[in-house]
Amino acid sequence: MNFVIPDFMPAIPEIVLLALASFILIADTMWSKRFANATYYATQFTLLLVGVLILISFTTDTVVTFDQSFARDAFADVLKIFIVIVSLGVFLFSREYLKQNDFYKGEFFTLGLFAILGMFVMVSAYNFITLFVGLEIMSLAMYAMIAMQRDSSKATEAAIKYFVLGALATGLLLYGLSMIYGATGSLTIPEVKSVVEAGKADSVVLAFGVVFIVIGLGFKLGAVPFHMWVPDVYHGSPTAVTLFIGAAPKIAAFAIVYRLLVDGVPGLVLDWQPLLIIMAVLSMVVGTVIAIAQTNFKRLLAYSGIAHIGFLLLGFIAATPEGYSAAMFYVLVYALTSVAAFGMIITLARTGFEFDEIKDFKGLNQRNPWLAAMMLIIMFSMAGIPPFIGFYAKVVVLQEVITAGFVWLAIVGVVTAVAGAFYYLRVVKVMYFDTAPVEGELKATTKEMAVAVSVFSLALLVLGLMPAWLMTIVYNSLLV
Amino acid sequence: MSLGYPILSTLIWLPIIAGLIVLFAGRNNPAFAKWFSLGAAVLTFLLSLPLYVAFDTTTSAMQFVERASWIPQYNIEYFLGVDGLSMPLVLLTTFTQVLVIASAWTVIKERVEQYMGAFMIMQGLMIGVFVALDSILFYVFWEALLIPMFIVIGKWGGPKRVYATLKFFIYTFMGSVFMLVAFLYMFFQSGSFSILDFHAMPIGMTAQILIFLAFLIAFAVKIPMFPVHTWLPDAHVEAPTAGSVVLAAIMLKMGGYGFVRFSLPITPDASMTLDWLIIALSLIAIVYIAFVALIQSDMKKLVAYSSIAHMGFVTLGLFLVYSIVSKTGDVHGAALGMEGAMVQMISHGFISGAMFLAIGVLYDRMHTREIGAYGGVVNSMPWFGFFAVLFAMANAGLPGTSGFVGEFMVILSSFKANVWFGVLAATTLIVGAAYTLWMIKRVIFGSVANEEIAKLQDLNRREFAIMATLAFVIILLGVWPNPLLEVMHSSVDNLLIQATTSKL
Repeated sequence: MNFVIPDFMPAIPEIVLLALASFILIADTMWSKRFANATYYATQFTLLLVGVLILISFTTDTVVTFDQSFARDAFADVLKIFIVIVSLGVFLFSREYLKQNDFYKGEFFTLGLFAILGMFVMVSAYNFITLFVGLEIMSLAMYAMIAMQRDSSKATEAAIKYFVLGALATGLLLYGLSMIYGATGSLTIPEVKSVVEAGKADSVVLAFGVVFIVIGLGFKLGAVPFHMWVPDVYHGSPTAVTLFIGAAPKIAAFAIVYRLLVDGVPGLVLDWQPLLIIMAVLSMVVGTVIAIAQTNFKRLLAYSGIAHIGFLLLGFIAATPEGYSAAMFYVLVYALTSVAAFGMIITLARTGFEFDEIKDFKGLNQRNPWLAAMMLIIMFSMAGIPPFIGFYAKVVVLQEVITAGFVWLAIVGVVTAVAGAFYYLRVVKVMYFDTAPVEGELKATTKEMAVAVSVFSLALLVLGLMPAWLMTIVYNSLLV
Repeated sequence: MSLGYPILSTLIWLPIIAGLIVLFAGRNNPAFAKWFSLGAAVLTFLLSLPLYVAFDTTTSAMQFVERASWIPQYNIEYFLGVDGLSMPLVLLTTFTQVLVIASAWTVIKERVEQYMGAFMIMQGLMIGVFVALDSILFYVFWEALLIPMFIVIGKWGGPKRVYATLKFFIYTFMGSVFMLVAFLYMFFQSGSFSILDFHAMPIGMTAQILIFLAFLIAFAVKIPMFPVHTWLPDAHVEAPTAGSVVLAAIMLKMGGYGFVRFSLPITPDASMTLDWLIIALSLIAIVYIAFVALIQSDMKKLVAYSSIAHMGFVTLGLFLVYSIVSKTGDVHGAALGMEGAMVQMISHGFISGAMFLAIGVLYDRMHTREIGAYGGVVNSMPWFGFFAVLFAMANAGLPGTSGFVGEFMVILSSFKANVWFGVLAATTLIVGAAYTLWMIKRVIFGSVANEEIAKLQDLNRREFAIMATLAFVIILLGVWPNPLLEVMHSSVDNLLIQATTSKL
């Protein structure tokens, strides 16, 4: 057998990330006693370094290596850069929270890095095995992160729920992948594509495979009717972990949906499109309606996140390159907004006071008008009110779904957006119109966090005034 | 026509930036917040005057145009311009803003900087709505406007303010999203979001009807028309005085402006097919809502209902054109109704603003709006009595005030269209006079109702200046409406041609 040394260059960011994550894992056991913050800074440094590495080697060509199992293209690079940006924010917000809640441990950061590595692999996966391995790296790291607060029964319950349902979803996905493999005889995404398009595979087996894959992906995305785990996990996890699982993994999940359905089986669009339509409509309606009844802010964000996933799927339903770009734009905007929203909770949380009930925000405008204004931006952006970026995210997916001929889906979308505005408005109402139960200024936990949450929130406004910038990046990465 | 500098952008962004400065710098410094806002409002008003002076009345084309690419992926542009339909509304906005800021001078004590900042930002956004020529840009201004208004009603409003403001927001948002879908659909068909391109594109009948209905929902809620008017009395009653003024004087006009900018020129065939619907709803508003106004015991509510009735004239005047054309075959005969509708919008801006400010003056002193709590106010407040009666007469459409001009033009042209339309519309001359004057009789005249009224102070200098300015404008437009009609002429003619040219 002929052994060829593969080209390692495209995977340099992943390799560096793996090496440094492993190093930090070991080093943490030695330096954590003496230098409390060393792991934190090393983690942030690693992320920055990886981000810079991606930026300087940014390429618009598609480079495939490791025997056609790993691809580096503009799509992957853009998503990875956003994963890095979002994660930098996540770790920054988490630090103080972890300290206050007594689990400021190195494992949180190293598990986080491994999860990010998993996401990177998912984003770049070019064959089913790589994709699956990436997914597992990410999921296992996240199960452990949720369960890290060992004495919290809520967190443990959330972890078990996430683990059991996650394993089930993985199983379904794997089953679907194996069917596709059985029908096409290949694990590599472009080969699967060409076999399917040539019409050589058994269409019944393929259809079954696609159904299982879509169900598996539905679990991972948290789309209705596979959403049951989302609210419990969001609510039960420590806020720092919710912040982590609420943002970057959505980007990675988007990536595998794209890799599998669009790169892999575009020929079966008539099989997966109706499934996605059902999931999108249910997600938008169920997510919105149930969110209205929530009193816990984390649960509210969980259900509203489900509704957002419904919107995201609209881009896939359009099944055009512009539609996928719109979906990608949507997921990036959602990730940024989500970090800002959970970041706000963490910024205001105190030891023993989670600040995760909607009523905790009462009279925030009296107590801290600046942060109240930031929260206002976040809420209106999520509701899709201009001039914030959330509006453009909705507009582009609606535009694409209309262009594809599904005007009725757009109508469902906007009606749920109106209903959804109600619960975001309620948060604004509580902040601005209700009187605070206690007087006195409510300071952010640290200045650093106040700055970070302001940066994320103001980004929603600035990007909203100049959406062309982000759109250019997204559209160019997919349309080349 | 254009000036050496981007005047429209200046008018949009100057108030918004001023509002942001007030928000930041005005904290714990209410005096600065007030004076700075007033200065910015006056400056914006002065800067808006060149629009009128340099306006070319001979053309219906867009003037003072600014155009730049904004979101190239979807061909969305930063595209501004005014014609004879929007220019008067811009001036109305900048003019009203000065009075609005002045009216809140002593009343607002809590978070003055947020109040002033919200109004300044709102002003920029409102001007943006009137001058945007790209539909997405228009939509951005249109929706963004809800945010400051939501806060203003909810924070400084009356006891049921939260209910009122949520209702206001959800109603308007619900209406506008359908308009957004219509825009997106038309972009899909034409490849452009420019409103002028929408005017020119052919659209099939089914699509036109659906687009027309989408627009109708958006604008009918905003203007508001029966039966989606119910948010208005709530919002008006609960909003602080300045909020009511902005709502009545300017935001309602956006609905009317939407009809002339979007519905009539973009979907002329659907407008022709469905004009009966609009006319019926307008007549219901004029007749039924006027009777509803009659029985109100809350002054603000009464004026709110009277606003709905008056807006009925606007929609009636706009959509009479098809009956007139089919009856007389003369397109230009229909111009009267349409110009009447436009004049009615501007005039109602002044009159309703004046009414709400007058009620605000009383409310500041007595803290009640119940008609029953008043009586004989004129004895202790003679100047106030003078202005209140004048504004009430204008509201009732007395000749010599601006309220007469628009109503009269619309009633005349409705007789041209159909005698029954005319008869029904003309009932407003009776019922409108009845509810307004009856309120005045109960509040201003009669014997002094109680000791508090006897102790009332008459208008101070600030209030006097506000009232006198409004009174001056209302009478000026009443006796000499020509300057206003002149600027509208070519644009209305052009609109008539667009509205009567089939796009199938």
